[in-house]
Amino acid sequence: MSAEQPPRLPERDRPWMMRTYAGHSTAAASNELYRRNLQKGQTGLSVAFDLPTQTGYDPDDELARGEVGKVGVPVSHRGDMAALTDGIPLDEMNTSMTINATAAWLLALYIVAAEEQSVTQEHLQGTTQNDIIKEFLARGTYAFPPAPSMRLIADMIAYTVEHVPKWNPINICSYHLQEAGATPVQEIAYAMSNAIAVLDAARERVGAELMEQVFGRISFFVNAGVRFVEEHAKLRAMGILWEELGRERYGVEDPRHLRFRYGVQVNSLGLTEAQPENNVQRIVLEALAVTLGRDARARAIQLPAWNEALGLPRPWDQQWSLRIQQVLAYETDILEYPDIFEGSVVMNGLVEELLEGARAEMAVVAEHGGAVEAVPYMKAALVDSHRERLRRIEAGEQVVVGQNRFAESEESPLTADAEGGILVVDPALEAEQVEALDRWRAARDQAAVDAALAELAAAAGDPSGATNLMIPTIAAARAGATTGEWAGSLREVFGSYRAPTGVGEAAAAPADADLSELREEVSRLQEKLGRRPKILVGKPGLDGHSNGAEQIAVRARDSGMDVVYEGIRLTPAQIAASALQEGVHVIGLSILSGSHRELIPAVIEALHEAGVKAPVVVGGIIPDQDVALLRSAGVAAVYTPKDFNITHIMRDIVALVGAGANESPVAANVSSANGSA
Amino acid sequence: MSEDGAALGARLRERDVGAAPATLNLLESTATADREQAAALLAEVSPAALGGEAPGHVIGVTGPPGAGKSTLLSALLHSWRAQGHTVAMLAVDPSSRRSGGSLLGDRARVDFDPADRGVLIRSTAAGERLGGLAHATRPAAQALAAAFDVVVIETVGVGQAETEVAEVADSVAVVVQPGGGDVLQFLKSGIMEIPDVLVVTKADLGQIAVRTRRDLTAALRSLGSRSARVIAVSSLPPRSGIDELVGALEEHRAGLDLATSRLHSRRAGALTDFSLEHGERGLRRLGGRQAAGALLKQQDPGLDGPTLVAVLEGRLR
Repeated sequence: MSAEQPPRLPERDRPWMMRTYAGHSTAAASNELYRRNLQKGQTGLSVAFDLPTQTGYDPDDELARGEVGKVGVPVSHRGDMAALTDGIPLDEMNTSMTINATAAWLLALYIVAAEEQSVTQEHLQGTTQNDIIKEFLARGTYAFPPAPSMRLIADMIAYTVEHVPKWNPINICSYHLQEAGATPVQEIAYAMSNAIAVLDAARERVGAELMEQVFGRISFFVNAGVRFVEEHAKLRAMGILWEELGRERYGVEDPRHLRFRYGVQVNSLGLTEAQPENNVQRIVLEALAVTLGRDARARAIQLPAWNEALGLPRPWDQQWSLRIQQVLAYETDILEYPDIFEGSVVMNGLVEELLEGARAEMAVVAEHGGAVEAVPYMKAALVDSHRERLRRIEAGEQVVVGQNRFAESEESPLTADAEGGILVVDPALEAEQVEALDRWRAARDQAAVDAALAELAAAAGDPSGATNLMIPTIAAARAGATTGEWAGSLREVFGSYRAPTGVGEAAAAPADADLSELREEVSRLQEKLGRRPKILVGKPGLDGHSNGAEQIAVRARDSGMDVVYEGIRLTPAQIAASALQEGVHVIGLSILSGSHRELIPAVIEALHEAGVKAPVVVGGIIPDQDVALLRSAGVAAVYTPKDFNITHIMRDIVALVGAGANESPVAANVSSANGSA
Repeated sequence: MSEDGAALGARLRERDVGAAPATLNLLESTATADREQAAALLAEVSPAALGGEAPGHVIGVTGPPGAGKSTLLSALLHSWRAQGHTVAMLAVDPSSRRSGGSLLGDRARVDFDPADRGVLIRSTAAGERLGGLAHATRPAAQALAAAFDVVVIETVGVGQAETEVAEVADSVAVVVQPGGGDVLQFLKSGIMEIPDVLVVTKADLGQIAVRTRRDLTAALRSLGSRSARVIAVSSLPPRSGIDELVGALEEHRAGLDLATSRLHSRRAGALTDFSLEHGERGLRRLGGRQAAGALLKQQDPGLDGPTLVAVLEGRLR
């Protein structure tokens, strides 16, 4: 505006919605946690589901082993949803669910749980994340191939806009793109391209007269890193692009519907395991990026905990993050002013720069045929950006305090307790959850469930696509079907899918001195082995956070090894079969979901049964106290986020294979003239 | 591992598919000691030792990236396993070796039951060899054909890739996606040899798949080919055309004079290996390529590749 604008708002702004991303163990335990959080001044719920629920498996599925109740709450049926929301009035609550492939199902369970509280669906408020493209790109909890996944999303949009009008059926996520290494320009461009794909799909399923409302119900879920000035500019740029898109592509005119609405979880990628207390100031600064300027302020915020790189946060850790929000909202003066960047030459310049870059990148995605078709392109671009980010950190060009600079530290009292300052989920819980599921199945009307699932499958398989899939989904939820049954019925019809890994297209790393030396070492090892050293990089379990595995795979290739990388979600049996058939010399496993205590020994047992003798190394979020356990299970080495130099990890791995070649001279045995079978 | 090459060869001859991983480790090795054992292994599965040609059907599957080879192979695998056939798949990855290393991603896209011992998938980098095969692919296919019912060699590319595959495989299928103009052009211009089967994938795309199939059939007719078949498949559910393809491959193989074609392949392969090792100079010392070929023709038809190379090398001394 003009210079005459008063420097203060007539009335202090209301704070954004404050949430904590939470859920673990069981529905009942999570319900208790939610109620406590609400008493502490939290104003909305943010439900974290466990990986089996997110990917559509029941707790008794082989793939669910070790994952039940770990990174979130298991919800298998309407009984679990009722327990999760017990005593929380659903007509007043605003609930955000981080759920994607199975979003239609969890929304159906939520609607049925509300019915049981005598709350009808038009009163429900909240958000289902429901963004499948970023699952293919970055997060990995997809269940079905792209086309039917987009249909499920479009059906949810069409259903909610009519029947659950206060619900945000989808949150377009740029958050996970940044976690996967996206630059600000990539984050903006891919999120906007993704939104276009969703809106175009929705246009096929709803009447033209409803598109204005549909546009108005699309919200975003963004990230904010520690370069908080540029991050703020990014959000302003997104607002401008969004409005443009609404007006030009979808003919939206109402300014309320054109507003760029977003929630945020600030950056976890930059949080360190080394000197984890520094993460608190990182989180505070990142929160400023999404609150400072009124014109691009978040509607809802959840902050990560200081100890995320160590393991699962405890309630106390999450309370600390909530208090950061409360200090910002209630103690500082940021809510008293109009937009403080209005007219700033620097801010406007930054915004312009980002807009230009984002428009160019959006054009590239459009040339690929849109976001769905461009998934392999975008994935490879993200792997490449992340590779570059790591290179800068390794080379010291990007400073990470406490990690690649100022690394000397006193003992931390924060991690001194027996658990190392994190939450440990009781491993007995998985068995209990399986038993509870058996009881649920025994008590329900099986014929009704079978009929409902048959109805669902028929609607999904009908080539005309006449039925909105939310209808049979809600019916199946009422009948008492389970998460695994719902997803299983759809997998039968839709088929299953493996997303591109992006590693094959990643550019080669520039050979610095360390890498050149390593390549020579690999060549010497090849001479000794008779074959090029071959590594299997595997991700057991349901965890879809594949950044680490991808970067290890790319660097192993750049070191001169042959690399077998099969992507995420592998069973121990699959990993063992690959290791045997491919004749690999070493196996690298990556797990970030906290299920390493169960899964790593299971993989080692499977390898043993298959007769594979190659050594195993493990990387991921592995608490100190678990390292000994993994070593005694037979793991040769364990790497955690503080081992940020990947070339050094490679050097260890090459040495490990070399030592093995000396110890058990396979070639010599095979070649001895009198060797016997 | 304490097995030597001859013992592994004997296990393959007994159709023990469990010997395959160790066999491949040995055949891929360039260490001198391993090469000797590899020769011993191949002698054990030579036609002379087997008392005839290896029973497995060696099938080359090739096509441009994105044509749907992996999905097609998943469907074929499913179908072969349902018939009780054991299947080995040698996936040759074309990725460049600038750093020396390769990312081998193909097995990830082929869907199979990991507990099924009747399936083996092995990925190798094509490396610096022209023509799309890794150095061990030919001997590996020959050895595994002794134990497995079906041996698939999967390569990426079109135009030249199938030429070397054709030298190793009994039957060659080229995979084309609807609208894939390259294959049609290469076929018409004669850059590409006529494959035994042309597979048009993604039949569910409808009109464009139908048109591609029609164009290919017309091109084959104008080139005077009578035997090559064009088959449209849909590898994703609801699947279609897969049984027809399996049938066409079997039919092709049944119509082959297997002894003659494999003998030709072993001799041609030996010549290729010899010239890679000793270059044009080596060939000249044998009196040229034709003379070397004539020398090979005088040898016992039951000899394996390495023995034939050794015969040629014997003349260098």
